[in-house]
Amino acid sequence: MKSFKNILLLFLFVLIHVSCNNSSSKKAIDDLVIYQCPMKCEVDKTYNHTGSCPICKMDLKSIAKPSDKIVDSDEISDESIFNLTTTWNTEEKETIVLEDLKGKTLVIVMIYTTCKAACPRLVADMRNIEAKIPKDKLNNLQFVLVSIDPDTDTSKRLKAFAIENEMDGEQWTFLQGTEASVREFANVLAVKYKEISPMDFSHSNIISVFNSGGELMHQQEGLGVDNKETVSKILELI
Amino acid sequence: MKSILRLTICLLFFWITNANCQSKMATIKGGSYIPLYGRDSLQVTIADFQMDVFPVTNKEYLKFVNDYPKWKRSQVKKLFAEGNYLIDWKSDIELGDSQSLQAPITNVSWFAANDYCKCQNKRLATIDEWEYVAMANKELPDARKLENYNAYILSWYEKPKTFNNDIGSTFKNYWNVYDLHGLVWEWTSDFNSVLISGESRKDVDNDSNLFCGSAAIGATDLMNYAAFMRYAIRGSLKAKYTMRNLGFRCVKDIIKKNEEF
Repeated sequence: MKSFKNILLLFLFVLIHVSCNNSSSKKAIDDLVIYQCPMKCEVDKTYNHTGSCPICKMDLKSIAKPSDKIVDSDEISDESIFNLTTTWNTEEKETIVLEDLKGKTLVIVMIYTTCKAACPRLVADMRNIEAKIPKDKLNNLQFVLVSIDPDTDTSKRLKAFAIENEMDGEQWTFLQGTEASVREFANVLAVKYKEISPMDFSHSNIISVFNSGGELMHQQEGLGVDNKETVSKILELI
Repeated sequence: MKSILRLTICLLFFWITNANCQSKMATIKGGSYIPLYGRDSLQVTIADFQMDVFPVTNKEYLKFVNDYPKWKRSQVKKLFAEGNYLIDWKSDIELGDSQSLQAPITNVSWFAANDYCKCQNKRLATIDEWEYVAMANKELPDARKLENYNAYILSWYEKPKTFNNDIGSTFKNYWNVYDLHGLVWEWTSDFNSVLISGESRKDVDNDSNLFCGSAAIGATDLMNYAAFMRYAIRGSLKAKYTMRNLGFRCVKDIIKKNEEF
């Protein structure tokens, strides 16, 4: 009887230790996606896994997967910003997820309303882009201004800012997130920012263009730069 | 009576092993210090918080991808991790041959690290918090002035492949935290607040960044070359990048009793 107890104990002890480990013996079945070097360094050689080309070191691109190209379907591609599931408040006090913006070409910039130096110029850059788009095409376009100062920039404040800057039309959207969601969003856009003091930030000046599926198509870096390339990219997309 | 004793022992073991599953944390007493790049180069104040004693290991990350399959190598969204994500693993759920279970996880993106911590009810440390803990040596909370402190870190920069070493193989610092220097670089939550990258020269509205050497000029402590290297790395990263010598650990806020409702 005693030895039975001991064995039981030993068994339990082993079980507990094993429970920490994971049953990782299953082998994953790879998807039937074929990858190839975008430069075709190895001519027609393909791979059944992601990675980089052994010759030019570029990331392998998936081929023969038409679903990647169709942006109007319900599927969201891997590189779409709609994969972010955080919620945002708009200047109209609505709560949305980024996917609600799907279907339109998006022009996105990150600003904050108490900004004195760069943001007015960034906002002007946005308006200059808008001015170059034919009026009848504006329906297919959404300009999104995301605040990097979610503590200060409430829906109310963003609405006031929109009116003040004559950006209160349907095609303009202002978003307030949280500290964490804004940080994550900035990382998707590769925008850098830092709070210098309350209500003052230094930040990258990048205007990003996304297609209707939420994939990044173009980024314009800098202030007051020639927006010809950006505008032609947008016209291509809408 | 005896069986009750055995049961207690058994339960004790259970508790201990469970506690081991959740990584150990050390309590960091907050304070003020001047980081390499402070806000206006002034003192920053750190509140009390808890930090993982060790970086997250391969074993812990393996469990994470099992629990959250969206972070498996074959399933991760390209938006959140570039092609080299977990590249040394044999498959979605197998480490590479030369990788030790107790070695720190590397080749993970910021998004992955951020989500890992979130799933443990923790978060990534801010740069200021990380640097605050990392300026300690074995005896002092702030050893930045000591020559051998800086020499140790710089000698690590010269050592190859330390990311293959097991956690705990470097020194335990003043706060009882291991491996901040000498094993891997670590992600921080606000790494993208370092505005000293090449990109920042052309499109950031901070005039001091108009100069190539502005980062070094802006530094408060020119002697602290080791820290300068860390900031330079952070400035060059994008959130979906993965690096063979870049891992992470998590921290947690200490919720004071009277703040709980």
